[in-house]
Amino acid sequence: MLSMSTNNLSYSDQGGTDSAVEVGQETTPTSSNAGAGFGLFSVDFKKNEDLKEMLESNKESLKLEAMKRVVGLIAKGKNASELFPAVVKNVASKNIELKKLVYVYLVRYAEEQQDLALLSISTFQRALKDPNQLIRASALRVLSSIRVPIIVPIMMLAIKEAASDMSPYVRKTSAHAIQKLYSLDQDQKELLIEVIEKLLKDKSTLVAGSVVMAFEEVCPDRIDLIHKNYRKLCNLLVDVEEWGQVVIISMLTRYARTQFTSPWKEDGVFDEHNERAFYESDEEKTRDETEAKPYMMDPDHRLLLRNTKPLLQSRNTAVVMSVAQLYWHLAPKNEVSIVTKSLVRLLRSHREVQYIVLQNIATMSIQRKGMFEPYMKSFYVRSTDATHIKSLKLEILTSLANEANISTILREFQTYVKSQDKQFAAGTIQAIGRCATNISEVTDTCLNGLVLLLSNRDETVVAESVVVIRKLLQIQPTQHSDIIKHMAKLFDNITVPMARASILWLMGEYCERVPKIAPDVLRKMAKSFTSEEDIVKLQIVNLAAKLYLTNSKQTKLLTQYILNLGKYDQNYDIRDRTRFIRQLIVPNDKNGALSKYAHRILLAPKPAPVLESAYKDRDRYQLGTLSHTINTKASGYLELSDWPAVAPDQSVRNVEVIEPEWAPSLGKTGKSKPAKSSDDKFYSDSGEEEEEEEKGSGSSSSEDGSSSSSSSEESGSDAESHVQKNSSQSSEESDKSSSQSEKSSSESDSEKKERKTKTPLQKKTVKPTAKDGYHTIMEHIFNEESWTYVTKNQHTKTIFVNVINQHSVLQTFSYSHWSTLCVSLFTQLCPLSLAFPLQLSGPAFVPEKSHDLLHRMTGKGLSAQYQFPRQPCLYQPTMVSVQISLTNTTDHPLEQIHIGDRSPTGLNIHCFNTIECLEPEASVTVFIGIDFNDSTQAANFQLCTKEDHFSVSIQPAIGELLLPITMTELDFRKLLGMNESSATITMAAENMTSQPISRPVATVANLGMVPSSQDNVHRFAGKTASSGAVVLVTVELRESSTALITINTEKSVMGSMLLRDLKLALAQT
Amino acid sequence: MINSLFLINPSGEMFLEKHWKSVVSRSVCDYFLEAKEKALEPEDVPPVIHTPHHYLISIYRDKLFFLSVIQTEVPPLFVIEFLHRVAEMIQDYFGECSETVVKDHMVMVYELLEEMLDNGFPLATESNVLKEMIRPPTILRSVVNTLTGTSNVGDTLLTGQLSTIPWRRAGVRYTNNEAYFDVVEEIDAILDQSGTTVFAEIQGVVEACVKLSGMPDLTLSFMNPRLLDDVSFHPCVRYKLWESERVLSFIPPDGNFTLMTYHVNAQNLVAIPVYVKQSISFFECGSDGRLDVTVGPKQTMGKTVEGVMVTVHLPKTILSINLTATQGSYTYDNGTKLLVWDIGKLNPQKLPNLRGSLSLQAGAPKPEENPSLNIDLKIQQLAISGLKVNRLDMFGEKYKPFKGVKYITKAGKFQVRT
Repeated sequence: MLSMSTNNLSYSDQGGTDSAVEVGQETTPTSSNAGAGFGLFSVDFKKNEDLKEMLESNKESLKLEAMKRVVGLIAKGKNASELFPAVVKNVASKNIELKKLVYVYLVRYAEEQQDLALLSISTFQRALKDPNQLIRASALRVLSSIRVPIIVPIMMLAIKEAASDMSPYVRKTSAHAIQKLYSLDQDQKELLIEVIEKLLKDKSTLVAGSVVMAFEEVCPDRIDLIHKNYRKLCNLLVDVEEWGQVVIISMLTRYARTQFTSPWKEDGVFDEHNERAFYESDEEKTRDETEAKPYMMDPDHRLLLRNTKPLLQSRNTAVVMSVAQLYWHLAPKNEVSIVTKSLVRLLRSHREVQYIVLQNIATMSIQRKGMFEPYMKSFYVRSTDATHIKSLKLEILTSLANEANISTILREFQTYVKSQDKQFAAGTIQAIGRCATNISEVTDTCLNGLVLLLSNRDETVVAESVVVIRKLLQIQPTQHSDIIKHMAKLFDNITVPMARASILWLMGEYCERVPKIAPDVLRKMAKSFTSEEDIVKLQIVNLAAKLYLTNSKQTKLLTQYILNLGKYDQNYDIRDRTRFIRQLIVPNDKNGALSKYAHRILLAPKPAPVLESAYKDRDRYQLGTLSHTINTKASGYLELSDWPAVAPDQSVRNVEVIEPEWAPSLGKTGKSKPAKSSDDKFYSDSGEEEEEEEKGSGSSSSEDGSSSSSSSEESGSDAESHVQKNSSQSSEESDKSSSQSEKSSSESDSEKKERKTKTPLQKKTVKPTAKDGYHTIMEHIFNEESWTYVTKNQHTKTIFVNVINQHSVLQTFSYSHWSTLCVSLFTQLCPLSLAFPLQLSGPAFVPEKSHDLLHRMTGKGLSAQYQFPRQPCLYQPTMVSVQISLTNTTDHPLEQIHIGDRSPTGLNIHCFNTIECLEPEASVTVFIGIDFNDSTQAANFQLCTKEDHFSVSIQPAIGELLLPITMTELDFRKLLGMNESSATITMAAENMTSQPISRPVATVANLGMVPSSQDNVHRFAGKTASSGAVVLVTVELRESSTALITINTEKSVMGSMLLRDLKLALAQT
Repeated sequence: MINSLFLINPSGEMFLEKHWKSVVSRSVCDYFLEAKEKALEPEDVPPVIHTPHHYLISIYRDKLFFLSVIQTEVPPLFVIEFLHRVAEMIQDYFGECSETVVKDHMVMVYELLEEMLDNGFPLATESNVLKEMIRPPTILRSVVNTLTGTSNVGDTLLTGQLSTIPWRRAGVRYTNNEAYFDVVEEIDAILDQSGTTVFAEIQGVVEACVKLSGMPDLTLSFMNPRLLDDVSFHPCVRYKLWESERVLSFIPPDGNFTLMTYHVNAQNLVAIPVYVKQSISFFECGSDGRLDVTVGPKQTMGKTVEGVMVTVHLPKTILSINLTATQGSYTYDNGTKLLVWDIGKLNPQKLPNLRGSLSLQAGAPKPEENPSLNIDLKIQQLAISGLKVNRLDMFGEKYKPFKGVKYITKAGKFQVRT
């Protein structure tokens, strides 16, 4: 809540005024809280009066104390609603802690006191416009938590506004508010979906989780909103906070099941009995299809699997589980097993986590034994496990049992049977029964073991054994008459009704195998009939009937006796059964027809029971869900759809840039090939745009040597389009790279001259100068999957080629021209998630300082120097461009100079093209791009010639990782709510004018000046190359030659490093 | 997502409640209390309970039940994980998580809960971030505030949520910069009667205590990272670098945190540091039995085994025991039938032994299963798997930090069946 804004209020502080009171409070917080609690109980009304008085007093400390007690009451679940009028008055309090407590109160009681709650609304509305993002966020948070229907329109407005706020934190809050508003008023659905659609486009990791949550709650069926954001979400996933990851992964699981085709058909290796029924139905059809066309996984499907895999290493168990379920539901069968290890790891976690994970493993292990078999021992039961954990482990062990490991498992089960926890022992016996039925090799062993258990002292164990034996015997009844005899002997000692009933049933069923014993048992039962449990009585009746049919001579009288007893039993089930049996077996006139079949009815061969897992059908629910755990559909459960037979259109996920309306193509540009025509179109009107931007930024550059040519270059759009087209064509034709600067520079020189005269000759001259190397690079970059600006591909390419034509010329002069061009390009390419104008500007100052990369002594004659030209990198916007001058100081040509191995291996360097040959005493300047990832860690790589390689390293100063941007002073101020670091330094008095300040700052860091309305405050703005995080620097000159340097940035590491560098530089001046 | 939270003590009193959406009546807890009555032990209460209108997901921890009320489908682990975070947060703030502590700091706990969730969805769960918003109580702070007349309300804005490293607060300053790492390994094992290992594995955890100024960027490497079979990391660790180079590169949170947990490759045989010779027998005819347990060192890599403790849950039918220990002392609680023998250091020359007689209740049958022994032990300066930290490098800051690594091996779930 509010405290986040200006932060941390601890237990008691309201300034120094009442410090003595505070200490008292702090040391005895119990008494005050407890006092309030008791007070309410005993002298209820009076105490609240007391609180009311305190709240209405003028003293902040009293108010705060009162609010604490009120919140204490709320926490205990006591009613404090009658204090509402007194509390709501304090909503506009200046004291942040007090305000925060008032907010807590409001959120709790506003629903009950709607009219009064409205009094507070204006305060929040005001706070929504606060320059501090955290205040805006908390105002929205509270406003949306007040569940008062009247303010729905106000909330809607606030949410809409917050959704386009500059601060990602506020946008996150707005995503939460969407859900709150939706639960308050479902009619707003359509409007809210619009906001969700907008927020889904957001590129901030902070927002992603929350907006997907809102999506799931408000419109989970609008899968079409996800298409365009699918790849972005996949790519952001690793950086999203852990709770958001869970939500996004589960949403993407559902999404993928609707968009991709099943990956399960091809790999028959793992085709156990895991194919579900619905596959079998269209088995034929799919097989035909697959034979014709082998399965190819959609790259987007692969992207999802690839990007979720690292999250298996998360410390958050919920994240691991959600990745596991994603793999289970989406991955090809042979890849699912990578989740095993991580799931087993979760078993080390808390008991409750174990419970859920084991449940899911139980479901998985039924279908895929192989996955968990190597980890069988992790499921061994310990005597300290909780009961539900024990039974789950037992369940899993049973599922994992196969011919190979059954002996180990049975040995383990033997230990469990002896457990003091009798319920668990009984569970083990059932498990043994299941193993015995599943694996025919061990049936006899199990049966013998179970028979031994019949002499166990514990009744539950014996009873369970009897039941299990009964089931087993039913499966193969042939040669087990001795077991039945044994059980008959034990019968007298067994008291558990279920077990007695089972034995009686066995006797009856197999009475022909034990002809002597069965009638005797019946005799005993006749004696005790009245005292037996109902379930036993039913079986006695059954037994009697069966014996009557097979051995009527001995049992006729007994049966009649029992039937008579049953006739007058208290339980109507038994009376019914008796009546039925009597009619069936005792021949009389009326129903002779049926009694003829009595033998076949009663002694029909019974199908053996199937012993199967309780988790058999659980897989109808998505793994890891609440529904799976409780085995019923929980409210709000979203079904996982089946794979579509044919994948829907893949191209829906291609991201397009919202392009300005292109004017219809002019004159000769109407060519047949669409690619070309897009080239033409681009130049036919957006050339002007380019030009304008260029001029604007060009003026900021210090040197003007080539800016004249830069503007002239854009003048003739018709001719220009020709040039572009040709250059791109020509570059596709050849693939040699030419980097001899002299040659190309002269050529492009001539090109320029010609261009000024606008002669058709241009075509010819341009052709050879198009640098194929660069072109292919560009293509390469644009073809990369992650590159989202696919549709711009065509025309950006042409600009680049254009730029590159200029490139070599410019090298020999200054960089200003090139930079302005690049800048204008860059602004276009730069993905800006907000409607916020972060214009890139040209560098304010380019330091000439170059650094040694490779000394000629160590480089065996090859020397290299590098400097930062402070240009946005051409190759990839996140890279920092570095200019390297290579000189050959030997007397022989050096061949094949290129960049070799780099470390860290993940380092992203865009290398220069291999220099085939560097003549003695010649030097060449090349550009590389390095993605430093916004850290000052050195980029190490090898500079290789044909014979040697030299390890070199580039360590950037922090200021070089930035790109200057321009913004208005207003925007600058708005953004100040970011992470802040500041320091005060002393400066010499004569340096207190503007000029000496901006110069050292610009030397240290590549920042742009922001116009300032105050004379003594200088503002600079930039953004980091890699992540595009905004960096704001304020230098405020103060009296007595001190200055306050403040740096605001999300990247706190950079902030502190930059601050240090600036301190150093400014103190020197 | 999470609708409400109730804290319930073992006797069933709901002493704190917090609602993030509409208020849910406490009567919903009756379903839970019913289940709690049914369960023999508090641990046996099912974590997920299905009631007609709500779903109750609860954890039992530190003798408290944390019960959350859910209305719609949500991954249960999501809730369970969050509830554990709440418990950890209370532990972190007040030193322990208990009923008294929560009651003492009711308002603060309530405010913390308010910050942790928004509309039932986690908002701030990182301890570093929470501490920026609500400062933990210390006596020192109140004294300082009194003397200087300042308040705890800082003059900077909360930033953690907004920076790309949400786990670290900004502007950390220490006069002594230090980083300590504890490599703690636990042996989980089940030994059978004859002393053969039924199952054994090593789980490890690297606990860190980092007190470094500014924004340090640390790289920790191991001598033998191949030992590590399965790992999980604190979110600060850069996973890609681990994948490619097997080093831990991270910007640490401030203070104590768990850097990583790992599982040692199963192929490596696990050294079991102690052996246990035991015989527990009950005579068929008479109503008593004998107990004789000896513990000795086995594979200890030349280190001393300390803090050895043997815990036995004796059968319920035991009436009394009469034992003598040659080393250490034993305690026996007749109510819970729990026998704890605290041995201390193991001396290889003179092996500790506990022997004596057990007497059963008259007429009670002989227990058919002997109770299993749970062993606790500690070995300082040794990671039983042989894992070694190679070096720790720091980038991004200029000062030289003080670094330290400590190894310790403990018994995890170490059980001897008898």
